[in-house]
Amino acid sequence: MTTDNLILKCENVVMDYDGFKALNNCNFSVQYNELRVVIGPNGAGKTTLLDVICGKTHPTSGTIRFGKNTNLVGKNAEDITKLGVGRKFQAPSIYGNLSVWQNLDLSLKRASKGVFPTLMGRSTPAERERIGETLETIGLSADVHTRAGSLSHGQKQWLEIGMVILQDPSLLLVDEPVAGMSDTETEQTGRLLQSLAEKHAIVVIEHDMDFVRQIARIVTVLAEGTVICEGTVEQVQADNHVREIYLGRAKVAH
Amino acid sequence: MPEPVMPKSDRRETLVVALAAGILLIVLPLLNLLPAEDSWLHLSDFRLNQFGKFLCFAILALGLDLIWGYCGVLSLGQGVFFGFGAYCMGMYLSLQIGSESVYGSELPDFMVWTQVKELPLFWYPFKSFVGGFLGAILVPVLFATIFGFLAFRSRIKGVYFAIITQALAFAAWLVFNRNETRLGGTNGLTDFKQALGFRLTDPATQRGLYILTVLALCAAYLLCRWIVASRAGKVLIAIRDSEQRVTFSGYTPWVYKLFVFVVAAGLAGLSGLLYVPQVGIITPAQIGVLPSLEVVIWVAVGGRGTLIGAVLGAVAVNYGRSVLTNYFPEAWPFILGGLFVVVVTLFPDGLVGILRKLFARKDEASAPGPTETGPAAPSPTAPRPGGAVT
Repeated sequence: MTTDNLILKCENVVMDYDGFKALNNCNFSVQYNELRVVIGPNGAGKTTLLDVICGKTHPTSGTIRFGKNTNLVGKNAEDITKLGVGRKFQAPSIYGNLSVWQNLDLSLKRASKGVFPTLMGRSTPAERERIGETLETIGLSADVHTRAGSLSHGQKQWLEIGMVILQDPSLLLVDEPVAGMSDTETEQTGRLLQSLAEKHAIVVIEHDMDFVRQIARIVTVLAEGTVICEGTVEQVQADNHVREIYLGRAKVAH
Repeated sequence: MPEPVMPKSDRRETLVVALAAGILLIVLPLLNLLPAEDSWLHLSDFRLNQFGKFLCFAILALGLDLIWGYCGVLSLGQGVFFGFGAYCMGMYLSLQIGSESVYGSELPDFMVWTQVKELPLFWYPFKSFVGGFLGAILVPVLFATIFGFLAFRSRIKGVYFAIITQALAFAAWLVFNRNETRLGGTNGLTDFKQALGFRLTDPATQRGLYILTVLALCAAYLLCRWIVASRAGKVLIAIRDSEQRVTFSGYTPWVYKLFVFVVAAGLAGLSGLLYVPQVGIITPAQIGVLPSLEVVIWVAVGGRGTLIGAVLGAVAVNYGRSVLTNYFPEAWPFILGGLFVVVVTLFPDGLVGILRKLFARKDEASAPGPTETGPAAPSPTAPRPGGAVT
């Protein structure tokens, strides 16, 4: 049992791909109801960090504590999802041939997601209410019947965020939500994430520094598989080490 | 917030299906029975029987459509499950021949000429109709459960699954061809005489079998439609669209695949069960790699992912075969292959896709705007990020 106020605590996590350490003794923790942004150059291990937390891949070593005393290491993705970790992928991953409503209905948290309960299941008024609220939150109320595949890129991203919210996660992992979005869409996404942070802990990976400035309270900088710096945007940008390995490189790239 | 209503296309499908079922169940048998034989309205016994065969194939196609069309898992081994069903029924029918056989023995003819003196043990359950009937459904179901469990739990997907099911079809073909399997070898099982006291050569029996087949097809269609319309049916489509998302929504995709694979196998068994008494023969040539592939073509031509498409494709392609092989027997494989290529490249939604497009054009003129079916207008204060789409 621990008494700290952390929803997530990764300790000495190593992800070794045949000698390449995508995560190298990574220590990373998030508090309840915190909106945390993770930045870092390409290949820093940002997505891998989310992958090991949500069970998409299993770390080589280390522990990942979720909530008070649950160790996520070794659990499979479905179980981790049920424990309350929601994952939004970088490329919109939605069900293109189902309607917006059906996408959300499938994602809603339910007592059982086995074949037979799902075969017999009918949604209750309370569930429909929930889906309706979520549709408003993500701004897709007018598109309930639209085939999800024909939504715009930005709308697909919001839909997936909505799908993740409906799982009632206490921790949301969001991978580059605004990649490919217009400026207005980016700003709206930022507002959406900030409003969600009132109820959930959120970890966002992002490249777009303007967006990071818009939403971030605390930023974690990842490089070569470890956390090299953590602090407010200003602190991080003032850090020489960070400038050297990240912002410097980014400048060259532009 | 209301749940989305049944779309117009679904209601139309119900209408079409009800109409088709009525024609198949009542009109065709009456056309066979009532008009004089030389009347142009008369449907010959041969044609009715042939339709019965096509409708068996339609049941087989429905199963493949569930697993491939909806769930996106291509099985190239449906012929095997069809074969299990057909052979189970065939074994029952073989034992019903009794002393009417060529050699007058109680054993099936092939056993006599392959020097089998006693009925092999695994034939015993098929002495009774119940054994044959249950076997035809349960053998494919059990086999699919074990095979599917091993394959899906090991996360075998996509083309790998297609390949191992094709290997299964080939292996089954080899096994059924061997005389040592005691299932008649290359010649299979044939020369059936009667079932439950009904002579199979009697047109009335064949008419009865035809009607049973239509009823079975209706039941199979309703079962599939129930599955597809349920939330689990949506999970199947979701697995096809994004299996990763399904996993991260708390579902276990492989269990759903196993479920639908088993249902498909059961339908294939039912199809084989009805096929054998109507066609009168089952040989390994009907259960191997090629027949399994043909099912895929039927579904592709009809329109994968639509139940009507599976039925339509199975009937249309087989009817086309029966007509065209009269004129160009050599060319049929090329026609079939060509058809597949054309459908996959030009009409990915098959015949049903073409029909839907025709109807959609008509609908567009009269259809209400999409918002009219929507639940409620978004409140003006709510953020509406969708407003600024670039």
